Amino acid sequence: MGDPELVQLLTPEGDRIESAVGPDGTEYRVDFTDEEYRGLYRDLVLVRKLDAEATALQRQGELGLWASLLGQEAAQVGSGRALRTQDMAFPTYREHGVLYCRGIDPIMPLSLFRGVDQGGWDPNEFKFNMYTIVIGAQTLHATGYAMGVNIDGRTGSDDGEAVIAYFGDGATSQGDVNEAFVWAGVFNAPLVFFCQNNQYAISQPLEKQTRIPLYQRAAGFGFPGVRVDGNDVLASYAVTRTALDNARHGQGPSLIEAYTYRMGAHTTSDDPTRYRIASEVESWQAKDPIARMKAFLVKQQLADDTFFAEVDEQARREAVDLRERVLAMPDPEPVSMFDHVYPNGSPLLDQQRAQFSRYMESFEGSAH
Amino acid sequence: MATETLTLGKALNAGLRRALENDPKVVIMGEDVGKLGGVFRITDGLQKDFGDQRVIDTPLAESGIIGTAVGLAIRGYRPVCEIQFDGFVYPAYDQIVSQVAKMHYRSRGKLNIPIVIRIPFGGGIGAVEHHSESPEAYFAHTAGLKVVSCASPQDAYVMIQQAIASEDPVVFLEPKRRYWEKGPVDLDAPLDGAYPLHSARVARTGTDVTVLAYGPMVRTCLDAATAAAEDGRQLEVIDLRSVSPLDLSSAYESVRRTGRCVVVHEAPGNLGLGAEIAARVTEECFYSLESPVLRVTGFDTPYPAARVEEEYLPDLDRVLDAVDRTFGW
Repeated sequence: MGDPELVQLLTPEGDRIESAVGPDGTEYRVDFTDEEYRGLYRDLVLVRKLDAEATALQRQGELGLWASLLGQEAAQVGSGRALRTQDMAFPTYREHGVLYCRGIDPIMPLSLFRGVDQGGWDPNEFKFNMYTIVIGAQTLHATGYAMGVNIDGRTGSDDGEAVIAYFGDGATSQGDVNEAFVWAGVFNAPLVFFCQNNQYAISQPLEKQTRIPLYQRAAGFGFPGVRVDGNDVLASYAVTRTALDNARHGQGPSLIEAYTYRMGAHTTSDDPTRYRIASEVESWQAKDPIARMKAFLVKQQLADDTFFAEVDEQARREAVDLRERVLAMPDPEPVSMFDHVYPNGSPLLDQQRAQFSRYMESFEGSAH
Repeated sequence: MATETLTLGKALNAGLRRALENDPKVVIMGEDVGKLGGVFRITDGLQKDFGDQRVIDTPLAESGIIGTAVGLAIRGYRPVCEIQFDGFVYPAYDQIVSQVAKMHYRSRGKLNIPIVIRIPFGGGIGAVEHHSESPEAYFAHTAGLKVVSCASPQDAYVMIQQAIASEDPVVFLEPKRRYWEKGPVDLDAPLDGAYPLHSARVARTGTDVTVLAYGPMVRTCLDAATAAAEDGRQLEVIDLRSVSPLDLSSAYESVRRTGRCVVVHEAPGNLGLGAEIAARVTEECFYSLESPVLRVTGFDTPYPAARVEEEYLPDLDRVLDAVDRTFGW
């Protein structure tokens, strides 16, 4: 049945584990069709390819910054696909894989990192809130949203609503995250705290944030915690789906620690060679989430070379399309900076907008 | 019902009650707001009548109050948050300035965050430290927030309802030392057609000096005007009501007549509202001014121990002293 400290359904070698048991005795398993297994593989490959394209665009000066999800694809696709249509997600700034699973155009976060806007999708349409860069702040938003689900009486059945809050290992040191834990427990919020422990908060390793395994923190707040192999898309799916369904049925919050590794830099501005050694990265390379899924599909004869080539080709096409659309993205009109500061507007801004417009018009016809 | 005499605190309570009645999406949340009715009893009796899902006693964490209110707002609720005292708002500062204030902007208008953050503010009640502060400039400096303060029971009753009905996030500053002052309140006053939330109002007409104030200092300035009248000087007192955005149209009109302007607030003077107001009045009324715009404010110290707060706070005499000095140029 495996290690109760780490729920795993797919080994790094691509071998299936029939079921796994969490620390509280919950049994986890998945029952996917062949097509669904292939679909998860496709998601993983596409998400990684689009992410790599974004990193390349940043290196070529087309994005101001990029926060790569490299290495965390399984945690994001697994949890993202576990969400039901009615569930709401509150991401950090690295959840490009979850965003993809929610059906949002993958160009959306690129416009943010290009500096064209600050997040263009409609959070309520896609049930995926805006990216949040201040560490941990979104966990309270998720908690409040989940309180609203309770007030609306939208839990207690199969079609009840659940909420998921994404955050990282560093965020667990933040006051907001701990307040969110307190609140969610006190109000029995239908909420899943999904912590991607990628081992580093920029340069700081996990031991700078905690003396105990993160999933064990949940006990102190009065709800279940479980650690899942975050490089195992099947286990990530199973654990998240169970936690979400418990929440939607009125059983309150839980914490998932998805144990994974940030294979790349914190962002394109970071240089991880200053604070971690190559052998550590190599040891995690051997646990790669996509390689193990591919090994599983091959061993089980669920996919052949034609399929893998077709997925690679789709990823290549989508990446090219993404690149072309990023390059064609127009800069916003400068005067648009005055829009949407207030729903009801402001006389001060009206005045500043008018002054700015007159100032800009004063250059018309000049060489400058 | 019509007009009753109420304290400012009771008027706020009546306004909150009416907001809860009129809109099922309004929820009140904060520390001790339910069973206790708030430490100042502003939410007295509301949980009993509207239930604990609409008047929510929260855990003791200010960032949590505001942060969860953001989530409730995204869900479609209109949270009215109580921060127990001015000096306790700072743990929520990130949620207010980085989340509440910016979410509408960042989403290009797709999300509204119609939160009201009620804060009893200012000194004069003999409190221990962190219970007497005037943090309005921090919030007025933040784009995306609106900041208002009521000075009378009637305004308290109407303005709290207007703030709740507004799609803008509003920091609602309550002059705690005026909670017990009484005045007439028209409880049937309709919100439609009410005096606008973000407009200043002339509280007393005069011809010699324009005095601008908001919140607890309006009463002080009206008292100063009464005293000045005995000496033959007519002060025009304007209750600014809205700290952000500032409505200075009536102030400009007034200063053009009087040629003299004094701004009064409890908050420290350095980079306070008075500085902004003085700059704008000077720009707009430059040729009408007989003297510089003067400020009467708290000092640039931490709020002092209560036994000296009377000396720290602007009072009638310091307002009159500044009025006198405007005649010295």
